[in-house]
This record gives sequence, C-alpha cells and structure tokens, in this order.
Amino acid sequence: MAKEKTLIEMIDISKSYDGEIVLDEFNLNIKENEFITLLGPSGCGKTTTLRILGGFTMPDTGRVLFQGEDITHMPANKRPLNTVFQKYALFPHMNIADNIAFGLKISGKSQEYINDKIKYALKLVNLSGYENRAVTSLSGGQQQRIAIARAIVNEPRVLLLDEPLGALDLKLRQEMQYELRRLKDELGITFLYVTHDQEEALTMSDKVVVMNQGYIQQMGTPEQIYNEPENAFVADFIGDSNIIDAIMVEDYVVKINGYKFPCVDAGFGKNKPVDVVIRPEDIIIGKPGKGVIDGVVTSNVFIGVHYEMCIEAGGIEWLCQNTRSFAVGSEVSINVDPENIQIMNKPQSEDEEAISLEDVLGEEKDQ
Amino acid sequence: MKKFLSAPFIVFLLAGTLIPMAVIAYYGLTDRTGAFTIENIMAIGTGDHAKALGLSLLLSFAATVICLILAFPLGLILKDSKLGKKGFMVFIFILPMWMNFVLRTMAWQVLLEKNGPLGFLGIINTPTAVVLGMVYDYLPFMVLPIYNTLIKIDNSLIEAAYDLGASKSTVLRKVIIPLTVPGIVSGVTMVFVPSLTTFAISNMLGGGKVNLIGNIIEQEFTTASNWNLGSGLSLIMMIFIVISMAFIEKYDKSGEGAMI
Repeated sequence: MAKEKTLIEMIDISKSYDGEIVLDEFNLNIKENEFITLLGPSGCGKTTTLRILGGFTMPDTGRVLFQGEDITHMPANKRPLNTVFQKYALFPHMNIADNIAFGLKISGKSQEYINDKIKYALKLVNLSGYENRAVTSLSGGQQQRIAIARAIVNEPRVLLLDEPLGALDLKLRQEMQYELRRLKDELGITFLYVTHDQEEALTMSDKVVVMNQGYIQQMGTPEQIYNEPENAFVADFIGDSNIIDAIMVEDYVVKINGYKFPCVDAGFGKNKPVDVVIRPEDIIIGKPGKGVIDGVVTSNVFIGVHYEMCIEAGGIEWLCQNTRSFAVGSEVSINVDPENIQIMNKPQSEDEEAISLEDVLGEEKDQ
Repeated sequence: MKKFLSAPFIVFLLAGTLIPMAVIAYYGLTDRTGAFTIENIMAIGTGDHAKALGLSLLLSFAATVICLILAFPLGLILKDSKLGKKGFMVFIFILPMWMNFVLRTMAWQVLLEKNGPLGFLGIINTPTAVVLGMVYDYLPFMVLPIYNTLIKIDNSLIEAAYDLGASKSTVLRKVIIPLTVPGIVSGVTMVFVPSLTTFAISNMLGGGKVNLIGNIIEQEFTTASNWNLGSGLSLIMMIFIVISMAFIEKYDKSGEGAMI
C-alpha cells in the first residue's frame, strides 16, 4: 500500500466558520486506490475536509493538490471526483435511470454508452431492473445504493462518501459495509469515507484518520488505531477502554496506583506520569491472589458475546469483558499481559491534546 | 360537537359562495322574462366582448410573465441569503400586500398622472399602465409560492448536480426549475386569474380607455342594469378559474400555493 502513488495532498488547510476554527493547518495525503476513513465526533472537521475536497467549501488558507496539480479553487463540477451524500440527494423528479445518467448526459456520452453504464452500475449495486422506478418508491438502503451508482458511472478517480450509512438501520448498515468494501475492490478507485461510527471505520478501511477539533489525532491501519492508540482521545473514541493515570517507573515497568505491571514500552524516562490504556477484553480475571491486584466484582451485565463487568481493585474501577461470568460481590484478581498495556504520553491539557510540542515551544519563544 | 363547531362555516359557505353562485347561474342562463337561454353566454363571442376578453387575456398574460421574471431570480437570491436577511427581504416584498389594493392602485394613478411625478412617462390610461398596476398588485402572490418551493429544495441536490459535472445553467434547467414547478404553477395561477378578472385596476389606471372583460361585466351590473348578461359573462370567467384550479391541483400536490 505504501508503495502506491499519492493522489491527493491537502497542505496546511485552515477553515473557520464565524470565527470558529474547524480545521487548523490540516495536512493529509491520500494514496491511490486506498480506502481511507476520516473518523471523529461531530464538529471534528471531517465533513468540512470532505467538502473542501469535493469543491463545495473553499478553505481560508492552504492548498489542495490532485496528482500535483493545484485544484484548490477548481469548481466542484470540474473535479475528477464524485460524492455520495449523507441524505442520498437523488433527484426526486427523475426516475432511477435518469438519476444515474445525469452526469453521463452532461459529459455528452452516447445513449448507447449511457444505457450500458446504467445496466452495469445497477448490477454492481445489486439493483438490476430498477431503471424505471421512481426515487420515492425505494427504501433508504436502495436509495443509497443508487446514489453510489450515480457517482461511480462517471468513473471518478476518488469517491467521497459523507456518512452514507448514517440513516440506515443496523442490519442494513452492516450489509452495506461489506458491499462498499466489495465495490471498492471491484472498481479499484480511491474511497474517502467520513463517519463518526468507529465500527464502520475499522471494518472497511485501509487507513483510518481519527480527528478531533480540527486536528488529526492519529492515522494508521485499523489495527494500529485500535491496538496502539496514541492518546487518550483515540483510545476513548475507538472502542471501550480503561484509561488510567500511571507512572512509568523505568523502561518496561509501569506503576498503576502503586501496583507494578510489566509492559513492553520503553523510552519514556524514569518516574514519568503517563496514561495507560487497557482494553476491557485484555484484562485477565482470576482467583484472588493469582493476579497483580485483588478486587471485587461490582457489576455484571450480559451484552451478547460476553459479560461486561466492573471490578473494583486497587482503588480503580476496571471495565472488563469476559466470556466467563463472575457474580457480583465475588472476590477476584486481575492481571494484564505486558503487550496489552498501551502507554501514552500525557497530553498538556484536554484542549491542547493535539497541539504538538513544537507549537508550545514556538509560543513560548514569541512571548 | 364537531358538527356544531362547523356550523358558522357552513352558513358562510352557503350564504357567501353557494347561494350567490346559484343566483349567478340562474341569471346567466335566463333572459329578463325568466325564460331559459344561452344567449348571455354566447354573448362572449360578439365584437366588444370578445375584444375585451382578448385584451384581458393579453394583459394578464403579460403581467404574469413579468411577475414570473421578477419573482424567480428574487427567490433564488433569497434562497442563498442568510436567514435574518431572508426574513427581512420577504417582509419587504409582502409589506404592500397588507395595504388595501385599491389604495395601492390609486397611488400609482397619482404617480402616473399627467402632472404627477412619473407623468413624463405618458403611460397613464394605456394598457401599459394597467399591466404595471397588475404586476405591482399581484407580484407578492408570485413571489411567495416560488420562494416557498425554492427554499424547500435540499441544497445537497444542487451540490450533487454540480458534483456530477453540471454547469450553473444546467443545474438551473435540470434541477432547480423542475423542482420549482409546483410553486410556479401556483404563482402563475394566482397572478393570472385575478388579473384576468380585474376591473378596478383598469378603471383607475386605464381611465375608461382600457376595457377589460371585468369592466364589461361591472358595467352590465351597474350602468346597463343587465344582470342576465353580466351573469352570463361571469360564468365564462368561472370556466377560466376552474381550469386554473385544476392546474394547481395537478402540479401543486404539496399545497405551496395554499400557503397564502
């Protein structure tokens, strides 16, 4: 994947609405043939990023390069990319075939070519034979698939998807995730996907970009994002996790509330305060005295695949998941394998989480 | 209880609409002796009447087209402007509608008079002045339904059209205008029908020189005291109104026009 060419570069993009900064010197490279997902809570700047790429919003500063060519001020109708909108945005006064043909007619393709393309696209999204149906006669999931068909018949180099599954119910959403991934592999084009749903992001993407408050918090493969979150925000946003104050005593040893745990991280220095992330499923529950800390089960809920339990141990409430149930009140011990302890530097403060050390030093120099 | 509450409405409907219509139908289809005849209706084909109807159709058509040309771009501008500004602009346009329309027309009469501030235009007592009056009086009826349909168009539809490569004019032709048809039909009807049947505007701004079908009907009821002929001609106008209603019904399913 890393060998593939960079298709889009966003360089130092800033954008604010009514004085509120949405993106601040944002940089992102998108490689060819990549499924990249922008993931973050609402207001994190992910949709603005997509709209800047689509040409619907102009950045205040910064440049957008497409294959090295500056397209920052190119209008949306000239860009070699197409968008699938959150609310489908199918033209209600046209039937399905006319909706799909919209872009092809504008580019002056022959009727024969258009008909072939419509057939091909409908087959691709599993809606063959829907040519003459009215938009309103389709369900949400079907409309979304038509919206995808309408975008891909134009053979864009990049498909931008703005929370396309947001309005669908859970079952359909899961189905569509596989569909989208299959489409991506079949078409061999770049997908840029925007969502606030971490499961969607992890399921489909080659690369996930976690965003918050206009900054990239972490970028990496789904596995990296999940297993090695770089800061508390990412750890908290992606899946459930225990984020605990701790002290890095020395290389490979971290102290949580006075209890020493062996870990695999090094290079933090001696007696340095850090954040520790432990996924609930990584906590090993055993008989009292067999683990690092003894504790008591304070709650236990069955949530399908496993039981979700809270264990009070060593002055900390641990969120644990296990396929074995431990009754509330029973005495247990907990332990964690060294490789499942993820150590992170403490952020300067909640808001400055994403500001790099450089920025802080720069500001100090100015004063 | 519900029946009881609707009683005032039913009384109003009977006394204000159904009974008068029945009376007009009776007069229109009888002569002075009370014998059945269709002469009053056929009278629309005679020289003066046909000419007046022709002129009415022509002037109301002109007024409607001008209103449409003014209202549509205005609606587009309003759609894109900020919320507070939007409300203010609509308010400005609707403001004259709250004043008595005879008063408004009279104001134009004073303005356009030979010695008035706009007397140099020399259009008083011509069809041009009448069309001006119609446009001024009925423009809000065109603006509101068009504006109402325009602001309901989801912006993502317009963005989707641009995204698929459409130019500004294509977006207008293929997306915005087709989606505004219900509002346009309502607006056209609501300007065309009152323009077609007006007699006050042509009286005041036409100075008796512009005879519309509305003036003819008025004269039959007043100076000529021929209620039968007046009613017969009114029935003809009723046909135009019914056709217009049918149009609205067909295109304006969401009831944009009913907003006013």
